[in-house]
Amino acid sequence: MIRLEPRPEPSQVMIYLSPVLAMALMLVVGMIVFTLLGQPPLKAFHAFFIEPINDWYGFGELLIKASPLALIALGLAVGFRANIWNIGAEGQLIMGAIAAGGVALWLQASTSIWILLPLMLVAGALGGMFWASIPALLRTRFNTSEILVSLMLVYVANLILSWLIHGPWRDPDGYGFPQSQMFESNALLPILIEGTRVHAGVLITLVALLVATVFFRWSLTAFQMRVSGLAPKAALYAGFKQKKMVWLGLLAGGAAAGLAGTAEVAGPIGQLLMPISPNYGFAAIIVAFVGRLHPLGIALASLLMALLYLGGESAQMQLALPAAVSGVFQGMLLFFLLATDVLIQFRLRWTHKSAVGVTP
Amino acid sequence: MHHNETPPRLELRGITKHYPAVVANQAIDLVVQPGEIHAVLGENGAGKSTLMKIVYGVVKPDAGQIIWNGQTVHIRSPAQARALGIGMVFQHFSLFDTLTVAQNIALALEPGQAIQELSARILEVSTRYGLPLEPDRLVHLLSVGERQRVEIVRCLLQAPQLLIMDEPTSVLTPQAVRKLFETLRRLAAEGCSILYISHKLDEIRELCHTATVLRGGQVTGTANPQLETSKSLAELMIGKELPAYKRSQVRQVGEPRLVINDLSRPSDDPFGTALAHIQLTVHAGEIVGIAGVSGNGQQELLYALSGEKPGQSEAVLIKGQAAGQLDAAGRRSLGLRFVPEERLGRGAVPEMSLEMNALLTGYANGLSKHGFIQYPKLRAFSNACIERFKVKAGGATAAAKSLSGGNVQKYIVGRELMLNPEVLVIAQPTWGVDVGAASFIRQTLLDLSQEGVAVLVVSEELEELFEICDRIAVIAGGQLSAAKPVAQTSIEEIGLLMGGARLMANTADTHEQQGVGL
Repeated sequence: MIRLEPRPEPSQVMIYLSPVLAMALMLVVGMIVFTLLGQPPLKAFHAFFIEPINDWYGFGELLIKASPLALIALGLAVGFRANIWNIGAEGQLIMGAIAAGGVALWLQASTSIWILLPLMLVAGALGGMFWASIPALLRTRFNTSEILVSLMLVYVANLILSWLIHGPWRDPDGYGFPQSQMFESNALLPILIEGTRVHAGVLITLVALLVATVFFRWSLTAFQMRVSGLAPKAALYAGFKQKKMVWLGLLAGGAAAGLAGTAEVAGPIGQLLMPISPNYGFAAIIVAFVGRLHPLGIALASLLMALLYLGGESAQMQLALPAAVSGVFQGMLLFFLLATDVLIQFRLRWTHKSAVGVTP
Repeated sequence: MHHNETPPRLELRGITKHYPAVVANQAIDLVVQPGEIHAVLGENGAGKSTLMKIVYGVVKPDAGQIIWNGQTVHIRSPAQARALGIGMVFQHFSLFDTLTVAQNIALALEPGQAIQELSARILEVSTRYGLPLEPDRLVHLLSVGERQRVEIVRCLLQAPQLLIMDEPTSVLTPQAVRKLFETLRRLAAEGCSILYISHKLDEIRELCHTATVLRGGQVTGTANPQLETSKSLAELMIGKELPAYKRSQVRQVGEPRLVINDLSRPSDDPFGTALAHIQLTVHAGEIVGIAGVSGNGQQELLYALSGEKPGQSEAVLIKGQAAGQLDAAGRRSLGLRFVPEERLGRGAVPEMSLEMNALLTGYANGLSKHGFIQYPKLRAFSNACIERFKVKAGGATAAAKSLSGGNVQKYIVGRELMLNPEVLVIAQPTWGVDVGAASFIRQTLLDLSQEGVAVLVVSEELEELFEICDRIAVIAGGQLSAAKPVAQTSIEEIGLLMGGARLMANTADTHEQQGVGL
């Protein structure tokens, strides 16, 4: 019989081993699911995890999917470290994309790429921050739950985008399809690697990784946010400004999501349409936790999550499995992570027989 | 099996308990006779609590024998201990605030008893032992002394043969202590044995027939406390003499540094205490003490002073500047340093290392620059603090929660003192700290006042306040008495104020309050 027993100290090893265990469990159960669906598990494994990245193009696809995931997860980690739960990055991504897309549609006829792209990036970040500032304002002013507000605003953002591409921003030459004009080349992020779709947005993520590494390790603000996450009373005792933490935590996520949205519409998509993102904003929450809210971990976790996206597409094409299979794997990963995280505070004990009544 | 003479009530033989890091009890022998008041004396961490938990069936010993009235027993649970006739009154009470006295007691007894019958029995037992209680009152309306009575009566209803009292006087006024001792003597006279856990030497000398002294998990001696001096008992307990305090005779008292000006405020906690018209001035170079039974507004006052709950601007002046609206950081920049009574989770972040905990309040004092953490300075600061205040820790990178309570306290006190205080507010400076460290902290406070710092000490230990303070005020029912010079007052007078002002605060209550705090 297996019994959970509290550890005297949280296990430092399990903190890092837990995501690996979760990944292994996801693979094992995934193989079982494939078998039940009538697929030979090894073939399915190959189609899901090897096939998508066995050439340079596929590897490029991995990068451009990992890039927004890592970028958003980094922004969210700033807040998550302080127990500020921004669940609405998907909405902030959409609002960032709308802001950047609006700038592109407005100025692309008359502005050079050197001015237009930076403007779009700034607009995108501001758009995401604007959307994140709503839960921040309501939380600091009325103590509402930022979890609920940010989540509900995702649907509002979706409806705004839908209205824009069905209405005022619909491409007049687009045969009535609900989408904007294609962006001109001066509103598009340049391709970095010939023969792939890897675009300059990946560089933004790399810069963000460096900035986040420095920020988390050396900045006083990050320390203060960590304190208010770990021990709110100690933060009050130290005199850290709680409202500042809430604003910063939410705005960092908003800016990152807005930039990620910009890089999508100015990158592989090249116009405003629906959907802009295959739920990168939600998947990034899983990335942040699998990556232990740490930049390096987030980078690795984003690659794994990107592979799940690609694997899902590949499984659709090669094995004729439903599109939902990506979501199943993502869900399993988070599910197993939450389960294996128990092992940080507890350890498993095998007892031969339940020894009745002897509770030390 | 019958003996001619009565066997001891309780005999422990070779009781041993090892924990992963420490040996809590090593081959402990102890004999308690019927009707004996037996002190278990020792510093924090000496193994007293573990031993009592073993007797009460909470902890299972690794080795050793427990002999109860001549029979070897294995006590596997508190329920079994109670069935044998062992009762225990814990230091921290286990009562539900929103239930009545009788309901609370009913929870601990066998189910199926009508509350009315129980109330009658409570009245009977509480009158017989001089522990007046009203069965229908809600627990949150009771003073701490009354709550302790509920716990004692709860044990007495089960007609115990052995009563374990864990540091029972730490929450009582001196007068309530007198009352408790009378009850315990009466119980002992009726044949009930009492195991009395304490580190207060005077009390043990007054009350107990025998004392077993523990140090480092081992018995270092057995004595008749009435024949010993406090000095000789202390030597058994800490292995050396209690140090005397050095304080210079010439006291230079300077300008007012901390002024509390008609501070009133309701409590956020429904069971908290509202503050009413608090008035106090602490000058440079003096130590002012605030005495009081816990729960009389100390928490609320400290939150208001530290800036964790800011209020009216003029209610708190620091070095002449209105500071009532400032948060904790703003007040710290005026020279205030504060040591809260909650160490882990408020004074320090448990999961973080000692050096990161230095940053908690030291970030404005050069440990960070332009918003960046200065790790080399942080390390140097923490190491200096650990060395100067003799903190036992595995280095500056050890997590705060890996330290014992006393060592965390030394680190927090050290941190605040190394950050150049001009006004120091310190709550329960020596709670849970061993005797050696406690005298070190008290001496440090004396030295600090000598250097011209204004020190305000809030403590429930009267002896401590009388040892170090220049003036003492009493907080009761959210009101603060005028601070009196120590030479012009006495423990008895302060004790009366601790209980008496509470009577005044409760006048709206129609229940008779006779005996409260007396």
